[in-house]
Formats: sequence, C-alpha cells, structure tokens
Amino acid sequence: MSSLRARVDPHLDIDLYDADADLMALNMGPQHPSTHGVFRIKLFLDGEIIIKAVPYPGYLHRGVEKLCEKLTCVQITPIVDKHDYVAPMTNEQAINVAFETMLGVEVPRRARWMRTLLAEMQRVASHLLWLGTFTLDIGGTIGGGASVMMYTFRERELILDCFEALTGSRFHYNTHCVGGQRHDIPEGWAKQVRDAFTHIQSRITDYVEMCDGNEIFLIRSRNIGTYDADLALGVGLTGPNLRCCGIAHDLRVDRPFHAYDEIPVNVAVAEGGDCYARYVVRVAELKESCRLVLDIIDGIPEGPISSKRGAKSPIAYKLKAGLQGYTGIETPRGELGTYLIGGGGQRGAAPYRCKLRPPSLHAMSILPWALVGHTVSDTVAILGSLDPIMGEVDR
Amino acid sequence: MTEYFMHPAIHALVWGLPIASVLMGIAAMATWWERKFAARMQARVGPTAVGPFGLLQPIADAFKMMQKEDIVPRDADRFLFNLAPVFPVFLVLATAAVVPFGGYWEDGKYKAWMLAADLDIGLLWILSIAGLMVFPTWMAGWSSNNKYTLLAGMRAVAQGVSYEIPLVLTALVAVIATGELSLPGIIGWQAENGWLIWRLPVLGLVAFVIFFAASLAEANRIPFDIPEAESELVAGVLVEYTGIKFGVFMLAEYLHTALACLLAVALFFGGSHGPWPLYLGPVWLMLKSAILFVGIYWIRWSWYRFRADQLMDLCWRWFVPISLALVMGTSLMVWAGWL
Repeated sequence: MSSLRARVDPHLDIDLYDADADLMALNMGPQHPSTHGVFRIKLFLDGEIIIKAVPYPGYLHRGVEKLCEKLTCVQITPIVDKHDYVAPMTNEQAINVAFETMLGVEVPRRARWMRTLLAEMQRVASHLLWLGTFTLDIGGTIGGGASVMMYTFRERELILDCFEALTGSRFHYNTHCVGGQRHDIPEGWAKQVRDAFTHIQSRITDYVEMCDGNEIFLIRSRNIGTYDADLALGVGLTGPNLRCCGIAHDLRVDRPFHAYDEIPVNVAVAEGGDCYARYVVRVAELKESCRLVLDIIDGIPEGPISSKRGAKSPIAYKLKAGLQGYTGIETPRGELGTYLIGGGGQRGAAPYRCKLRPPSLHAMSILPWALVGHTVSDTVAILGSLDPIMGEVDR
Repeated sequence: MTEYFMHPAIHALVWGLPIASVLMGIAAMATWWERKFAARMQARVGPTAVGPFGLLQPIADAFKMMQKEDIVPRDADRFLFNLAPVFPVFLVLATAAVVPFGGYWEDGKYKAWMLAADLDIGLLWILSIAGLMVFPTWMAGWSSNNKYTLLAGMRAVAQGVSYEIPLVLTALVAVIATGELSLPGIIGWQAENGWLIWRLPVLGLVAFVIFFAASLAEANRIPFDIPEAESELVAGVLVEYTGIKFGVFMLAEYLHTALACLLAVALFFGGSHGPWPLYLGPVWLMLKSAILFVGIYWIRWSWYRFRADQLMDLCWRWFVPISLALVMGTSLMVWAGWL
C-alpha cells in the first residue's frame, strides 16, 4: 500500500486547473450505453483529454449482503445468482464453498469435479460475453464490434443450452447447495457439452482473426489504460486484470478449491498491463478453459453428487456464533471472496454478517489512475477491458 | 438531346425532380439492404416481418419515426435545432444535381446527360457544397446544448475540415488528368481515353482509395464515424433528436453515402460509361455505385472505429502528403504528355 501512496494522486492534478474555466465536467452514466450497466464516472476534460476521473458506483445497489443476514445457506444461493449476472455459476460456488469451509462439510469427489466443470464452462461463457462487449465498445454498436458480439453470443448460447439441460434454467441455476450438487448429469449431456466446446474451440480463431487481424483494434487497445503490477496489487485487482501485468496469480493454482488440486491449469499471463494485454489473457483463458472442459467431461468420477443426508432441513447447517472466516474462489473476473460471521437470524442458520468481495469493484478502483491522460473514446475501451459487472460492483 | 431542355429552369425541373426522388427512394431502400446485409454477416436474418423479405421495413420505419414525440430540449436553440436536420438533405441533393446519370455518343464524342444542372464547374460546385456539410452537424451539436453533442460537433468540425483537403486534392487528380471541371466532361474524357483508375497506373488506384476514404469520413461512416460514436458519445450529435428529425438526419447520411459512391464512380470509374450507351447509362452508374455501396457496408460491419486523434493522424500524416504527391505525379504525367 505504501507504493500506492507514493504515487502521484490522479485527483490532485485538478488543482493545476481552474475548475470553472478550463475543464468540462462530463457525466458518463448512469444512463450510458457503454458503462456496462448503471455506472457513473465523472470526467473532467480538457478538450477530449481526461484530467481527472471520479467513479461513482452504487446505482445498482440491491442490498444483497443485508438480505443474506436473514436467509439460510439454501435461500442465499439463488440470491447471489443475481449479483454477478454474467457468471452466476461461480457466484453460487463461492457462497457454498464458504459455507462448506465454515461448517466443515465434505463434498463428494463427483460433485467437486462437476463444480470444476461448471466453473470452467461459466468462464468460457463469461469471457465470450466479455469479448463481444469489449469489441462493441471499441467498434461501435453499429459496426464491426457488433459482428464479433453476434458471433460470441451465438457460441455462448450453446453453453447456456448445456446449463439449461443440466439445471433447467439458462441463467439463475440454483444448482449448488452445501455439501454438493442439486442436479446430477443427465443422459447425453456429456456429448452435448463435448460438441458445444469442440465447436467453440474451432471458433476462437475466428474471433482472434477479427481482433488481432484488424489494425484499428490494435491501435485502439495497445498502450491504452496501462497500469503496472505495483498499482494493480495496490488497489486489489485479481483475475485477468492482474494477470495482464505479468503476475501469475490464480486461485485455481495458488489455493486450489473444487477439484483443481487434481486438474492442472495453465495460468495465462501477459505483459504490458494495457487493454491489449487483458484481451490476450482472456483469449488465452478461453482456449485453456475449453481444453479443461473437454478434459474434465471425460473424467468425471462416479459417486454421489451430494453429501447431504436425506432431505434434512437446511436449519441443520448452523453457523455458530463467533465463527468467522473468509473464503475466496477464482471466478472469471478474479477473486470472489465471501466473509461470513456466524450466529445470525433463523435460529443461527443465517450468517450474522455476509461480506462479499467482488472482483469487479476492485477493478473499478483502478479507473482514476487508468483513465487519466486518455481521451473520452478510450474511456469505454478501458472500462470494457476491465470486464466490470455492475451487479457485482454494487451488490 | 439536351436542346429540348435548353432553359436551365425547365432542365432542372425535368431531371432534378425524378433524380432527387429516385435518390431519396434509393437511400430509403438502402437501409433495408444494409440491414439485410449486416444480418447475413452477423448470422442473423434481418427484417422479415414487414412485406416480402421485410422490403417494406423502411416505410414502416418512416411511419414509426413520424409517430414519435417531437422533443426539443428546453435549453436548446430552437431555430438552429430545427434547421439542422433539413440542411444536410438540401446540401446533398444540391450536389447530386450536377451528377450525370446517362450518356450518349455524338460525332464520336461521349456526351453525358440526365443531370439537373449542367455546370461547367460541376466538380467545384460539389466540393464547395460538400464543404458546407460540416455546418448542419455542428449546428445540431451546438444547438442541442448537450455536452455529448458538443463533443461530437467539435469532432465533426475537425474531421470535416481535415478530410476536406485529401478529398479536394484527389478530386484534383481527376481534374488535372482530364482537363475538365464539369462531371460530364470528366466522364466523357474517361469514355474516350479509358477509366482513370486504369488510365493513371497506380496513381489512379491510390487516388481512388484516398478519395473514397475521405468521402467516407465526410459521410461519417465507420471506421470514420467518430461524430456519431455511439459507444462513447451515445449517439453523437443526434443525442437530443427524436422522431422524424432523427429520421431525416439518417436519410441525409444515407444520401451522402450514396452520393459519395456516385462521385467516386464518376471520377474514377467512368461514371455512366459502359457498353450499349444511352439507355443503360443510369444502369451502369447505379451498378458501379451499388458495388461501392456494398463495399461500404462490408467495411462498416467488419471494422472498428478510429479514435478522434488517430483519425486526424491518418489524415494529416498519410492522406494529405500522399494526395499532394498524387497531384504532383499527375501534373508531371500531363506535362510529359503521357496522358
């Protein structure tokens, strides 16, 4: 943190200007097509150059954490589905893994492998959506970016179909519970997943061609929104946003959860810390996750999918007062942490306090540093490259 | 042929009205064609519901836009705000007046006709009117009293003024090579001596590419559509426009694009010249323009957008020097008698 303080504070530059005379304050959002939901940044512009940027999150605050204080672990699962609405699967996993760790509940091996599979599938779906929206930000809603988005959404649809076949819903699955899975793999599902991901794997080259093969994409993303590893660590970036600065930090390898201790993962790292590096990392992860899915789908062990004994009431899982702990797992966006304190409502079945650590919120914290000196056009490119999900930022 | 319509006013009425109507109709239908084309590129189907193959979609769109509430922002400059959408349509149609759509052979010389106004300085007229195209965009950007439109208008002026220069210089290549300033003259010269894109080896091709790119920039098409950069500026200068005013702006944009194609064809691809003259002149012109038009769609739906400063960079560091060199090269060729 000391390095963060030693840095020139981007907010201080404003003193060099006469705020009334020199700068134009431009409110970007909350109703803006490219702020990925309802996010507001106040930009102080000198011409088109950003002198200062102040992010104002909070427009999508739904009180998820407060809600969790009233609900049991079974009731919380569908609630956290909605907080990062692009990767609901990993949200469910985060909260359930947190409960399991706190309660010391054992998860059967088959369930852990299934969770790993679902997490990787969700990562592909999430990164496909990210690639589409990022090109949309650079290329325009009525331009080449829209074409890439259509392609990535077409492929993402295949993954959602797989999820639908498994859980019955395309988005808010509610398929995880403390102790394992709710839905077992249906017949023919493995083939569906294999077909979908073989198809996606063959399509990734198309996207890379439409992005890397386009000079305008390169000049719009290279050396834009650059930050170094020091700053990234200082504001708490995780996931691809941190790995783009050359730091191979990935909880799947560093602190294995699910079945990652049995499944080796190649961590994608890029140098540079600019929008292009983030693109490189995410495309590499797309390929790696597709490979992982195809590997895992053939190796899922037989056995029970849940260690839950019968149809026992969830009230049985009580967090004792005084019990507290933090559990983080790697989602497509980075480290999604859950901090639980036991001894809450529902006769102790609800947590006293549930604090979520969303990776997107920390990604947004880099904006005052990353935006300064760039133009208004770069704002959307930088914002998009950080892959923020506002539902997760504001909870 | 033209002696029937000696008086310019009658001439303008007889040719101007149908040409303007047909152009507006084409511009409207171009939206359907673009939507279909884009849909096919993006693995979609595009409009299908209104009429066969969704052909009546432009009409439905027009009706939809007319039904929308017409909102003028409270702090807007009402006069300029309302004038801005009409202005570009007028300007584009005024430039279309001097583009000849047909041609015929007379005494072994190719004469172009089917144009509303046969001006001796047709090309100069087009370039000077096209220079005014910056004004409606700036009017819209300034009068809306909105920061996004202000930024967009600022960009539009910078872009329009900059790309004016390569546009004029590359058009000058055609003027120097043919020794004519009127479009019928330029087309006639090409019909006799060969289209400029082949006739001027390499120079013609480069000049065409720069002219076409600069026209795209003037018409605000991707990858040069930064005044309407919807990903950062929401809808650029059009943010505050609703209903039919927005529609008229879009019509002007399509008209402008169509005109850019017509001009590029007239200057470098022999305009209405083609086999079996007279009757098929308009067909050749339209066919050649349509190919360029599809090219514009193709670029639009597969390319990304430049940043404002990169756009200026491209213009001043590449297009302007190259087009100056082109003008010099063409002059040398004419001086040496190679043309």
